[in-house]
Amino acid sequence: MTHKTSSLISDESKADIDRWLQKYPADKKQSAVMAALRIVQDQNGGWLTPALIEAVAAYLDMEPIAVYEVASFYSMYEHKPVGKHHIKVCTNISCLLRGSDAVMAHLEKQLGIKKGQVTEDGLFSIKEVECLGACVNAPMMQIGRDYHEDLSPEKIDEILARLK
Amino acid sequence: MARIEIDGKTYEVEAGKTLIEITDAHGIEIPRFCYHKKLSVAASCRMCLVDVANAPKPLPACATPVWDGMKIQTRSPRAINAQKAVMEFLLINHPLDCPICDQGGECELQDVAVAYGKDRTRFIEEKRIVIDKNIGALISTAFTRCIHCTRCVRFGEEIAGVKELGATQRGDHMRIDTYMTDTVNSELSGNVIDLCPVGALTAKPSRFAARPWELHTAHGIAPHDAFGSHLEFHIRRNQVMRVVPRENVALNEVWLSDRDRFSYQGLYAQDRLTAPMIKKDGQWQTVDWESALLFAAEGLKKIPAKQLGGLASATATVEELYLLQKLLRGLGSNNIDHRLQQVDFSEKTTKAPFLNQRPADLAQADVVLLVCANLRKQQPLLNHRLRQAVLHNHAEVIRINVYDYPQNFPVSHNLTVAPHQLVATLAGIAKALDEAQPAFKNIEISEQQRAIAACLQKNNKKIKVLLGEAADNLPQLASIRTLTALIAKLTFATFSETGRYANSAGAILAGALPQQTLAGQAISGETGLNAQQMLSQSLQAYVLLGFEPELDSIMGATALQTLQNAPFVVAINGFCTEAMQGYANVLLPMALFAETSGTYVNNSGDWQRFTAAVAPVGSARPAWKILRVLANLLDVHDFAYTASDEILNEVKMLCETSAQTVEDSTWVLSAPQALCYLTEPAIYAGDALVRRATALQATADAQACHGAHVNQRTADKLRLSAGQQVKLSQNGGSAILPLVIDAALADDCVLVYTGLAESAGLAHDVGTIDLTAA
Ligand code: SF4
Ligand code: FES
Ligand code: FES
Repeated sequence: MTHKTSSLISDESKADIDRWLQKYPADKKQSAVMAALRIVQDQNGGWLTPALIEAVAAYLDMEPIAVYEVASFYSMYEHKPVGKHHIKVCTNISCLLRGSDAVMAHLEKQLGIKKGQVTEDGLFSIKEVECLGACVNAPMMQIGRDYHEDLSPEKIDEILARLK
Repeated sequence: MARIEIDGKTYEVEAGKTLIEITDAHGIEIPRFCYHKKLSVAASCRMCLVDVANAPKPLPACATPVWDGMKIQTRSPRAINAQKAVMEFLLINHPLDCPICDQGGECELQDVAVAYGKDRTRFIEEKRIVIDKNIGALISTAFTRCIHCTRCVRFGEEIAGVKELGATQRGDHMRIDTYMTDTVNSELSGNVIDLCPVGALTAKPSRFAARPWELHTAHGIAPHDAFGSHLEFHIRRNQVMRVVPRENVALNEVWLSDRDRFSYQGLYAQDRLTAPMIKKDGQWQTVDWESALLFAAEGLKKIPAKQLGGLASATATVEELYLLQKLLRGLGSNNIDHRLQQVDFSEKTTKAPFLNQRPADLAQADVVLLVCANLRKQQPLLNHRLRQAVLHNHAEVIRINVYDYPQNFPVSHNLTVAPHQLVATLAGIAKALDEAQPAFKNIEISEQQRAIAACLQKNNKKIKVLLGEAADNLPQLASIRTLTALIAKLTFATFSETGRYANSAGAILAGALPQQTLAGQAISGETGLNAQQMLSQSLQAYVLLGFEPELDSIMGATALQTLQNAPFVVAINGFCTEAMQGYANVLLPMALFAETSGTYVNNSGDWQRFTAAVAPVGSARPAWKILRVLANLLDVHDFAYTASDEILNEVKMLCETSAQTVEDSTWVLSAPQALCYLTEPAIYAGDALVRRATALQATADAQACHGAHVNQRTADKLRLSAGQQVKLSQNGGSAILPLVIDAALADDCVLVYTGLAESAGLAHDVGTIDLTAA
């Protein structure tokens, strides 16, 4: 099976990937795979399609399965469409003890969706994730690149209002 | 050196080796799943934990190098405890469906669980399941059984050279998978079946067919490529149920190509010929052996010697080929040949194709020039050695061919040219190596040819020049061989020829040629007709050995037509087709691979003798016996053999005592053609047996051989487009095939594979071809 085109990757993304490639030896292109996947995911509005995975494979001279191994291993790569604001709620041990169930329930109620779903207007999506390393201020969630910690229903409402 | 103690016994061992290598060498048992001696160390299963003095925890034997003074206990309470714990973990998600699992009875997990596990489980929660996936026609999957040893994944990366299986997801969700809907297409893919320690990957063609404890084994030699892998038949009630590799350090190591592994299916094809048949008054009738042989002898007796021809496939054994030529020569005819795929017969002497080195030497190469070789698909395990040279020795590979076969290692110069350019290219390289030669006066040297020559001219480097099987199908064979050998001479390289078939070398040594007999000795008297001559001008009678003209001969339809015109044809064959019933007068059923004893000479020069593993199907008989009786009935002298060894001894004695004199050959530039016709046997259609192996026919490699192939530029020039039905016509032959756009071809070339029913109507005349929309 040959999947041999990187044409889906925009010039801008390619330039970005090339910057990463410079950090590694020329015959170790696959070292840039995580960065490349993040870049094309951003380019595509936050999620990866098989065609994009193949494009990364072609661009980095890798087999598609090798790229897919990486893309399916890390939960930061999405394989379904996500909302403009992708909310990742930690439900791991510290957050669980500090009430992440309530955080999740409140979010689901306010947005009218279940975890794993996207709101109809495409603005929000919720995902359950493992520890994001902010246990000191549990419970927490991540939206885009920002961490929101010490969550309470009020604080969540405030954050959502700001993003709407 | 290091002095270590294992279970109270002292050993002097090489420092730096891993512990498992030492224990394996000394026959000390350590359980393992992920470790395999031919793969990299993953140390992921933890089954090999042993108790090492002063180590805080048990250590994995597969990833622990030995050191001086090391004290190891493999069965101490700490070791046993660790083994039991790991075993319990591995079985948590294993379905324990051994009663319906093909691996049951030969399963590493089963064996290790019995020897090292507990007899109770404490796990009462739900087990995970993994949805299966169709990964192709050869490998059946049951991924719920997988224990994630990753042997199959490492095999793809490290041995097959193409990563097709991967470990996706993680943790509890981790699974072995191909990308999306991809199948596993490597020509070595079947080896993951042997590697998988559980029943997650099993052989599809023999799925649910037999239980391991019902099988007994017998040894054999692989019947397809000229590499000559060693294999093992697994047999139940006189039927070959499956084929697996037999370890041989010098040849196939622990591997086997898919072609050699799955071709056994052909033994049980619907059209096996099971009893002798004769055609009387236009009617076919099944008769006993005596009547059939008498009928054949009567028919042949009436024919003047010069009107008698013998054609054999190079998959026949040395003994069979030797007797065939002895029979014909005994009757006064030198019309005998096995070069069914050849078109250029201008060379006066024919030399057996040998590597002139061991496969392991190729793995040590520094620079390798490959001319007309598709090693990856045609001799996968020789290619494996070459790949080792590239990977571990950083060998530079230069590849020149008429078709750009995909390689599984980097190539430094890769040239794909039309056949007529091939000669000019080789001449250019030869001239760049030695400008003084007068024969090269009018040759231009391109920059690239100069670069290649420079690559080959390295001091103190191991240079190898290898001429592959595809040259046989080209009308420029003699020139290509001459120039390639000259390049080897000028660069002080080892010159190798691969040959194509299991017995390509043996057929030549056995004397199945019109101009030379046993061991390459020139015949006294008039040279006989070669395959091309015999198949273009009808003789009065033919004896055919394992040969299907329309599929095995490069002359296709012409060959069939010629035989149809012949008044008397004796076909010794394992199968019976409609075509055969059309041209033959006697059909004599012969024992095939696994059913007969004999010898193949591989391209390493090994005379590999094998014995019959199963009795032939029906009343089929070994061809050497058929030929012996035929010779006796025809009063040919010296045919009193009682065992095939006697024949072999006779052949070997002469081969060992006589040296062949090879005449110098020459080369000529060839003229370009408007549209150049290329052909070679399709990967899984090169001989009668593999053509009938149904699983192999369903693989991607087999599928890729269909149709008429041209590159985009050629298609545009001819105003044809992909998928369109096109008509190919040549001298006396034509075929309608779908057009396949194939970037691996040079401009103005069209490639159609032989051995396929769809192209059997073509004459495969390499001179001319006409390609139009159908
Ligand atoms: S499929 Fe077999 S070989 Fe591959 S990881 Fe699973 S158990 Fe190991
Ligand atoms: S458990 Fe939630 S951030 Fe660590
Ligand atoms: S065999 Fe050593 S960890 Fe698997």
